[in-house]
Amino acid sequence: MSIPLSWYLVLAAALFCIGLFGVLSRKNAIAILLGIELMLNAVNINLVAFWRYLDPTRMAGQAFAIIVFAAAAAEVAVGLALIISVYRRHNTILADEINLMKW
Amino acid sequence: MNLWNDPINFVANWLRGLLTSRGLANGFATVILFFIGIVVLILFAMLLDIFLVWVERKVVARFQDRLGPNRIGPFGLIQPFADIIKLVIKEDITPAGADKLIYNMAPVLAMASVILLWAILPLASKIYGVDLNVAVLYLVAAGALGTLSIIMAGWASNNKYALLGAFRMVANMISYEVPMVVTLLIPTILANTMSVKGITDAQSSVWFVVLSPLGMLIFLISAIAELGRAPFDLNEAESEIVAGFHIEYSGMKFGLFYAGELLHAFTFGGFVAMLYFGGYGVFGLEKFVPVLQAPLVAAVIFLGKAMVGYWVIMWVKYSMPRIRIDHMLAFNWKFLTPLSLVILVVTALASKLLSGSPTWLAALVMFLTNVVIAWLTIEILRGVGRRQRRLEQSLASPASPLARHGSE
Amino acid sequence: MTPEQIIFLISAALILASAMMVVITRNLIHAALWLVSALFGVAVLFAILNASFLAVVQVVVYIGAIAILFIFAVMLTRKEMRDRGSQTRSSWWLPALLGVLILAGLIFLIFGQPAVNRTAPAIPAGVDPLRLLGSALVSPDGYVLPFEAASVLLLSALVGAVYVAIGRKS
Repeated sequence: MSIPLSWYLVLAAALFCIGLFGVLSRKNAIAILLGIELMLNAVNINLVAFWRYLDPTRMAGQAFAIIVFAAAAAEVAVGLALIISVYRRHNTILADEINLMKW
Repeated sequence: MNLWNDPINFVANWLRGLLTSRGLANGFATVILFFIGIVVLILFAMLLDIFLVWVERKVVARFQDRLGPNRIGPFGLIQPFADIIKLVIKEDITPAGADKLIYNMAPVLAMASVILLWAILPLASKIYGVDLNVAVLYLVAAGALGTLSIIMAGWASNNKYALLGAFRMVANMISYEVPMVVTLLIPTILANTMSVKGITDAQSSVWFVVLSPLGMLIFLISAIAELGRAPFDLNEAESEIVAGFHIEYSGMKFGLFYAGELLHAFTFGGFVAMLYFGGYGVFGLEKFVPVLQAPLVAAVIFLGKAMVGYWVIMWVKYSMPRIRIDHMLAFNWKFLTPLSLVILVVTALASKLLSGSPTWLAALVMFLTNVVIAWLTIEILRGVGRRQRRLEQSLASPASPLARHGSE
Repeated sequence: MTPEQIIFLISAALILASAMMVVITRNLIHAALWLVSALFGVAVLFAILNASFLAVVQVVVYIGAIAILFIFAVMLTRKEMRDRGSQTRSSWWLPALLGVLILAGLIFLIFGQPAVNRTAPAIPAGVDPLRLLGSALVSPDGYVLPFEAASVLLLSALVGAVYVAIGRKS
């Protein structure tokens, strides 16, 4: 394969930073979760690139990536259920307005 | 190799020689050949789709004891072309307030998710798109893209009936993906590989429908539910929800949805044929009759089996009434999913325990396990039905005259 | 410029452009659909990296389940059909600055590593990464413990999500 490893790592870093920007700068709670998904995908790209470029016979990278898939799916399911439940009680999903626990 | 034994490689090598003799690098010649192959495959799928429109109308007519289109061309064969011309010259209406990009992308994505499946459908041992080693999962992935296109269509139409229909259809599709994936695992376990060529080659001695008929039945039922065809078509029936998610689509966009659904049904008929009925093989007869090994003959055999599968799907559609949405979902989660999981575990255990024994013994034992599971399921269902009837009888007879008297 | 490099550059451009649209666009449904496009680009990348199982699982799990969950959640939590006003905070320049700084730091770290421009070693013939992955996930000196822990996690997420979303029957 003629693609250097650094290309994958730079792409993953850029995707991670875009996701970070999304998490920190969006008001809507669902949009924050979208940014988290981008960050998890960046991590996955990193893991699989390292698996392929260092030792393709050791399965640690791919197994880790599969666990990340499972964790991301579980987190999105529970997170969205929580957001819908909060929307039903307080009729808002803007992260600024969900501040009942602030002192 | 020559054109009869290995048509695709023969033509590819000839084209590659043509391209590289003009001074093109080998890598780019490969990419151009891939594009040409993709275009040829899509052309074949779409031409087959046109033929399927005619087949559908003739078959539904015969089921309903009438003749079907027979005026245009011999036996009405030119009828699909008349349909196409009608759809193309219809006015393309975009509803006000619709999200234009998503509205226009949805039928394209729906058709694309069906054509993507043709990449892994093996027409013969030497005619196929690509031999993926994860082909069975690829089937599930293409279904996921179809689900996305339905949500896009329902949302972008700016119509509450479209949205409700899309919600129901998506709930239906993602629910029935569970038994479909589980019964897709059964040929995977029996053939020890996820690649479709491997599964077809592993059926050269005995078809998987003999080893696991319940698996085939559950796969057929979940496939029909995934397609959104009757009896699971509450989501797009005209008398129920005014055609569901494709209300607002007119002209060729509706044609894409309709033709995509027919092609999807045929493709799933092909998958049932490939996964459980031996695909392009005729259980080992190829060793004795060498003409059956030729790719074109094998492709004809496979398309014939796929057509039989498609005919069974049409038979179910035109013979059964519609099922209500809550019955649909209850049927899936309370009946199909546990049953398919039980069959998977039993099949895996049985195939592991019988891995050393001769084929006829293994086939007999696994067929008998399926019969036993089916009998147990019917007994459990009878028990549940009996309890329900007893409950309804006790509610009906002594209590109600008193209740009616009490409410007056 | 080999064809693989061209395919990588096209999918990288798709991923980054879609990710930017996800975090910038006002319409949340569009943001969810741009996320689908970014995830599809990542699946293409996995396919280039010979991780075929992960590529297909990416489409099935992320696009077929998670993105659809997002779209349903967006549809169920809106007071009206349009998004009013800006969707980013007024102090958005601070996260942007932070993102750029972290990106610069990461790139500096990446290119400080030895042999970071290596090309991929060939997969030894006869080795099927799919079979190796399968046996690694269920073998006791492999990764069966994280695998089982992930399945317990998914079960708890299933139960928890149903309980949270089902509401009180009061």
